[in-house]
Amino acid sequence: MADIILDVSDLNIEFHDHDKPETVVFDFDLTLEKGEIVGIVGESGSGKSMSALAIAGLLKRHALTKTGRIMFDGHDLLTCDRDTLRSYQGDEIAIIFQEPMTSLNPVKKIGWQVEECLRIHHKDMSKQERKEKAVNMLDSVGIHEPEKVYNMYPHELSGGMRQRVMIAAAMIADPQILIADEPTTALDVTVQEQIVELLRKLNREKQTSIIFISHDLSLVSRLCQRVLVMNKGYVVETGKTEDVFKRPREEYTKRLIAAIPKIDI
Amino acid sequence: MKYIIKKILMMILTLVVVSFCVFLAFSLIPGDPATRKLGTEATPELIMQYREKMGLNDPLLVRYFRWLISFIKGDMGTSYSYSVPVSSMLMNKLPITLTLGIMSFVMMIVISIPLGIYTAKHENGYIDKVIVVINQIIMAVPPFFSGILLTFLFGMIFKLFTPGGFVSYTQDMGAFLKYLILPAISIALPKAAMSTKLLRGSVIAEAEKDYTRTAYSRGNSTTEVLYRHVLKNAMIPVITFMGMALADMIAGSIVIEQVFSIPGISRILLTSISNRDYPVVEAIIMGIAILVIVTNLLVDIIYRIIDPRIETME
Amino acid sequence: MKKFFDNIFRYKSNKKINGYMVAGSIITGLIILMVIVGLFYMPYDPTKMDSSCKLQGISLKHIMGTDNMGRDVFSRVMYGSRVTLLIAIGTVTMGVVIGSIIGAFTGYYGGMLDEVLMRIIDALFAFPSILLALVFVSLFGTGTYQVIISLGIAFVPSFARIVRSEVLRCRNMDYIESARLQGVPDLRIIFVHIIPNTKDTMIPSILIGFNNAVLAEAGLSYLGIGSQPPYASLGKMLSDAQSYMFTTPSYVLSIGMTIVLMILGFAFLGEGLGKDKRG
Repeated sequence: MADIILDVSDLNIEFHDHDKPETVVFDFDLTLEKGEIVGIVGESGSGKSMSALAIAGLLKRHALTKTGRIMFDGHDLLTCDRDTLRSYQGDEIAIIFQEPMTSLNPVKKIGWQVEECLRIHHKDMSKQERKEKAVNMLDSVGIHEPEKVYNMYPHELSGGMRQRVMIAAAMIADPQILIADEPTTALDVTVQEQIVELLRKLNREKQTSIIFISHDLSLVSRLCQRVLVMNKGYVVETGKTEDVFKRPREEYTKRLIAAIPKIDI
Repeated sequence: MKYIIKKILMMILTLVVVSFCVFLAFSLIPGDPATRKLGTEATPELIMQYREKMGLNDPLLVRYFRWLISFIKGDMGTSYSYSVPVSSMLMNKLPITLTLGIMSFVMMIVISIPLGIYTAKHENGYIDKVIVVINQIIMAVPPFFSGILLTFLFGMIFKLFTPGGFVSYTQDMGAFLKYLILPAISIALPKAAMSTKLLRGSVIAEAEKDYTRTAYSRGNSTTEVLYRHVLKNAMIPVITFMGMALADMIAGSIVIEQVFSIPGISRILLTSISNRDYPVVEAIIMGIAILVIVTNLLVDIIYRIIDPRIETME
Repeated sequence: MKKFFDNIFRYKSNKKINGYMVAGSIITGLIILMVIVGLFYMPYDPTKMDSSCKLQGISLKHIMGTDNMGRDVFSRVMYGSRVTLLIAIGTVTMGVVIGSIIGAFTGYYGGMLDEVLMRIIDALFAFPSILLALVFVSLFGTGTYQVIISLGIAFVPSFARIVRSEVLRCRNMDYIESARLQGVPDLRIIFVHIIPNTKDTMIPSILIGFNNAVLAEAGLSYLGIGSQPPYASLGKMLSDAQSYMFTTPSYVLSIGMTIVLMILGFAFLGEGLGKDKRG
């Protein structure tokens, strides 16, 4: 058996925003092996993004309760102190989001944002080293003229380029886990394909484990080795991608698969 | 760079428009400067002679450009009432009003930025709630009334301040500045309250945005997210406000100079208005207009430095 | 108008009481009540001097004391509030009407006219309103009506800007487009279809406008420009009272507090309405 680097068990998330509490994730379980790509699919509101944010430690500590365990590197990320959590965020667990347009800080240079994880987690690194690393990273996510982009601002780039920048910033500290929360939804179809290809390349080269969240089943089926299907906060089906797609057991999964537009060439 | 040049050209255009409006307004006033100068008993020939000599019979545009050029050279005309050059009347009063305006501006910044950040960071905490209410009340107190209250408090009760004990900067710089502290506070208070409120709201709104989530995901602490990411974004609307506040504060100092009997520009302006001494009023208005317009340019430049998006938006 | 009051009293139907709205309504209501009562009844004649009781403190006979000429301060405050409020109403009305017309036309038609007018409006907007008013007062002379006109003009730019941006927002909406295709005349589109839609932004701005108008009027009359004695407004009374600050603090305090309350009332209403909008 390969190394299990992340073990989520019995995760429940409950909101208290409104008058009566509302549970959005029920008994979520997930194990992630080194170098593996796991997909989470489901409609919007199925709880997939919530689970991802919980793993990334980005759910606010008040206004909701979380129970269960998220074990990483011998710590439970749900209960450990904030400093420990922060020491993993960005360094070992990185996340990219759906909206590359708004997820970058509009008034800071690209280079500054790509380097941020190094500045926070690798304080011994010199300015020159950081810049070198950032430029290399920008290059490896497929940005032409990385030196020039290094000194540009987010509004000067297209959506696809910004998502590449987000990926570069997430990957710069060589994290063990990359959470990709609908990273291609806001992009054009051709750009989607490039981003997926890039994630596959990074996974192969750096052995980074990826949790890929999407409502696009065809993307998930091409990229992920294992898949979790979520509906209304529950994980309804889980298994090898092939098995789930070829022999879905649950009615919900069947309907999802049936809804994929098929093009026969 | 292109942006700044464009803004400077725009500023010059605005200056021309504004100066023309001011000139036009003051040349439409009923009453003939020649009659005023020579008295009502002057013969029509004498008046005609005088008008010809002063160029009052030339077309409006010619007079405007003559006036503009002499204004740029520093010749602002002659006071009707005192028959002395306007520039010499204003020269030694200007530093007083400017010092007061700048002092209150600095006070506003020093008070509002830390308070705005603190209240935003502790949103809905006890101190925040108290400050929000106090802010609302302070905004409703006109500077001249808070000036009176401060005089009462520090003059009567604490005996730290002598009302009417103004010392000119030519005599004693320290005493001059000390006298200006209370007036500056009265001008700064409502503006500081407003800018605290604005900064608080702006920080809270920015903190909800997606990029702060990205910042947290990289391992920033709340304080780091605030100072490294949110603050620069949140300052953008506050800077617009502060730019406008500077102009307001200089205008506000006119009223406050009356409250504290400070012999600045205010007294000259008010007596000139009631004496209809138009060259003086005109010069002061133009002076403040220039100040306002130049401040706007500075705000635009600061904007450009803070917000890189502006160039492409235009 | 009915809608306006519905807005103000909407807190009744909400579960959560809007504190600003309640406080603003109470304060403004009391001031307006005082002014209305003052139309019919005042404890003393505000101009009647009585040398036997100069500069008295607060007492049952004179609830705000008396001034340096033995006049009853409360009666004078009642009268002065009326003057201040009337000037504020006149000013805001003028600003709103002229500002709406300029803003609506420039926003709707755009083009060269818009460019030129907006340049001037922008320059005026950056200009402190009290100073702008001083310029106009120096042109028109001092007096109640002159102050209304001067302040009114000074208030035009801010309303023109608000209406213009609202009109720009509405101009390209589908229902305006369809009205235009049906051949509804431009003027009717502007005044019947667009202007009423700006009320959500306009009502809070108008309340803030009252707030600023009271502030500016008080400032001007404090400087001795504005309504002339004996028809003094609150600002003028305050500057008269200032000299007696050390002997009879109640005199200056009661006038100052009236001004503060008047401004506070409008400010709270504006804030409350804004809060209501945000939900």
